[in-house]
Amino acid sequence: MNRKKRSVSIVNGRIIDPANAVDRVTDLHIAGGKILCLGEAPADFQPYQTIDASDQVVCPGLIDLCANLREPGAEHKATIASETAAAASGGITTICCSPDTYPVIDTPAVVGQIRHKARKARFSRLLPLGALTQALEGERLSEMAALKTAGCIAVTNAYTPLANTLVQRRAMEYASTFDLLTIIRPEDRHLCNNGCAHEGKLADRMGLPGIPEAAETVAVARDLALAETTGAVIHFHALSSASAARTIAWAKREGRRVSADVAIHQLHLTELDMEGFDSNFHLRPPLRTDGDRDGLRDAVAKDVIQAICSDHQPHEADAKSSPFPDTEPGISGLETLLPLALKLVEQGVTDLSGVIARLTCGPADILGLPLGRLTPNHAADICIFDPRQHWRVTKEKLRSAGKNTPFVGWEMPGRVTHTLLKGRVVYAEQ
Amino acid sequence: MSLSNKALQLDEAGRLLHFLTVDGLGREMLTEILDAAEGFTGVSERTIKKVPLCRGKVVANLFFETSTRTRTTFELAAKRLSADVLNLNISASSTSKGETLLDTLRNLEAMHVDMFIARHASSGAAHFIAQHADRGVGVINAGDGRHAHPTQAMLDMFTIRRHKGDFVGLRVAIVGDILHSRVARSQILALNSLGVSEVRVVAPRTLLPSDARSLGVHVYHDMEEGIRDVDVIIMLRLQKERMQGALLPSEHEYFRLFGLTEQRLALADSQAIVMHPGPINRGVEMESQVADGSKSVILQQVSYGIAIRMAVISMVIGAQNLRMQEMAR
Repeated sequence: MNRKKRSVSIVNGRIIDPANAVDRVTDLHIAGGKILCLGEAPADFQPYQTIDASDQVVCPGLIDLCANLREPGAEHKATIASETAAAASGGITTICCSPDTYPVIDTPAVVGQIRHKARKARFSRLLPLGALTQALEGERLSEMAALKTAGCIAVTNAYTPLANTLVQRRAMEYASTFDLLTIIRPEDRHLCNNGCAHEGKLADRMGLPGIPEAAETVAVARDLALAETTGAVIHFHALSSASAARTIAWAKREGRRVSADVAIHQLHLTELDMEGFDSNFHLRPPLRTDGDRDGLRDAVAKDVIQAICSDHQPHEADAKSSPFPDTEPGISGLETLLPLALKLVEQGVTDLSGVIARLTCGPADILGLPLGRLTPNHAADICIFDPRQHWRVTKEKLRSAGKNTPFVGWEMPGRVTHTLLKGRVVYAEQ
Repeated sequence: MSLSNKALQLDEAGRLLHFLTVDGLGREMLTEILDAAEGFTGVSERTIKKVPLCRGKVVANLFFETSTRTRTTFELAAKRLSADVLNLNISASSTSKGETLLDTLRNLEAMHVDMFIARHASSGAAHFIAQHADRGVGVINAGDGRHAHPTQAMLDMFTIRRHKGDFVGLRVAIVGDILHSRVARSQILALNSLGVSEVRVVAPRTLLPSDARSLGVHVYHDMEEGIRDVDVIIMLRLQKERMQGALLPSEHEYFRLFGLTEQRLALADSQAIVMHPGPINRGVEMESQVADGSKSVILQQVSYGIAIRMAVISMVIGAQNLRMQEMAR
């Protein structure tokens, strides 16, 4: 693709760029894959393509802090090609991919392989997260310096949080030596005790082994203390409890360098949805109470939680075709991320600009990357969507290889019409 | 959204499609089951212990978890109804070869089985089987994880009704490991649905669900207080493996605090009955004098179990026959 082809004018759209406090109807011009300017184009600018964005919102491409693409190792669930295509159709241009692949992302070779596949697929900017410990086993540190050189943007132990507090401390310290952000799924493994649902009213009645709220709050408190001791910068990923959000709000008031995100489904679903044992509601962390959902919404509104992610976990049908506790947890969520976030606007949780910030500059700032904004000379990653168009979720409409979503049948606001990566249209609605 | 327990278990005419949980069935249906069981108690005492209600039907006992009592009483119940019975101990066969639950079901359906009686270690397994079984195949839950064991609860209700006549005004105490007990969950639902005046649970906090009161019970941690003046005492089995975790310090301390002794039994109503779903750990849940004493109805529970299971099997198969006749018309 030559430079000329990546020169585009997007006209008459409502440009929302929270990082630059822009929200107005105007034109956006892209030259050579980078943002040229807003408003009137220079006299000599000749776009290769003009997109009419009348009645549509034009915003930075979405940044998803955590998605499982399943490649390498679980290609029967999904591939980098299938999932980045799905992401593009959902307006997502940057994806952080979880290290729990097979082999684990703990060597530069695996990082190289993933980045190569992503470049070939050409749909998204893929940012691999490196393993915090070798093989995610929680014992020996991974070669973080080498991982960073190879392109890892942060390190995490993904779904197997460290049980050993000393290793956790050392890992945070070592990561901070190289200015690598440590991403933590806060979960105390012993308190989880093979649970599969929030320990509460519903699990009591359904006889499902419970995961107490304390499994999350204990881990958040522990790792905040370790971060204070080590001076490491940490990010809590996929919160599920209002109490953990309150603790993080307190830490931020104290001036700690900590951030947090939440998976979009935690802002819409609760434990009550598990009734009937539908395995699509089997999640980790589990769906908790309506008080937790409301507390998390409040934390999003107050910017305690700066990012909303998909926590995308595509599965093959068999993985969900067993009794509830025996199924694999997770939702296929790339394509419902933006619509469910827009629902928050409809429901008055926050305004449109606020929601877009949590999906663009919010996650970019957590990662310390110059993405998620329409600043001139920055990469032209763009999402254009029609906020008034509603659509109903069906398995057939999903491009992801994973059809495991509890949102089938939901009426969703917002239809993505174009997605641009570095000025190139990687998705256009048919 | 998944079906409610009522919609999943009852057809449009209100007949029993499956028996997965007591939840959602309502007092009338539970009473209907008890009344039907009443009619079957006589069958076991005849010289020819059989009625032809389910002749030509195939019932498969699908036990993914080992069981002696429940499986044999289900088998006897089905045989007394003249059904053909297949006994499958799956833990020992298919799953160890890697076959999924769904594949096992499909294979059995290909053999034209009319009913699955299923026991599984995972909560929700009976719901899963009911939702994936062919239309027209009935599913009876013989115990799924910690979730439900509805026929056990109904045979307990039957035992109570036989001894107490009615449920109204009764005080019932359930003692022991409520947290891990599917039996307790089903009993609590059934007792409340049938209108007893009070259900109590008696246990240390480690053996209670996090929010036990939301199940509709009064919580006691003191055995003497918990069984004072009650009409029915249900002792639960304490699994030996609970001693290995951090749930309880020792069998000795458990018995000292929660074991049912003659002395403690004297605190209950003078006409109180003592129940236990079996098998009993003598000297852990109760002392032998109580287990074998005049107030114990434990062995009656076992024989009533056959009548209750006959009632449920015949109601589900009877409803299948009626639906087929209606479709033929």
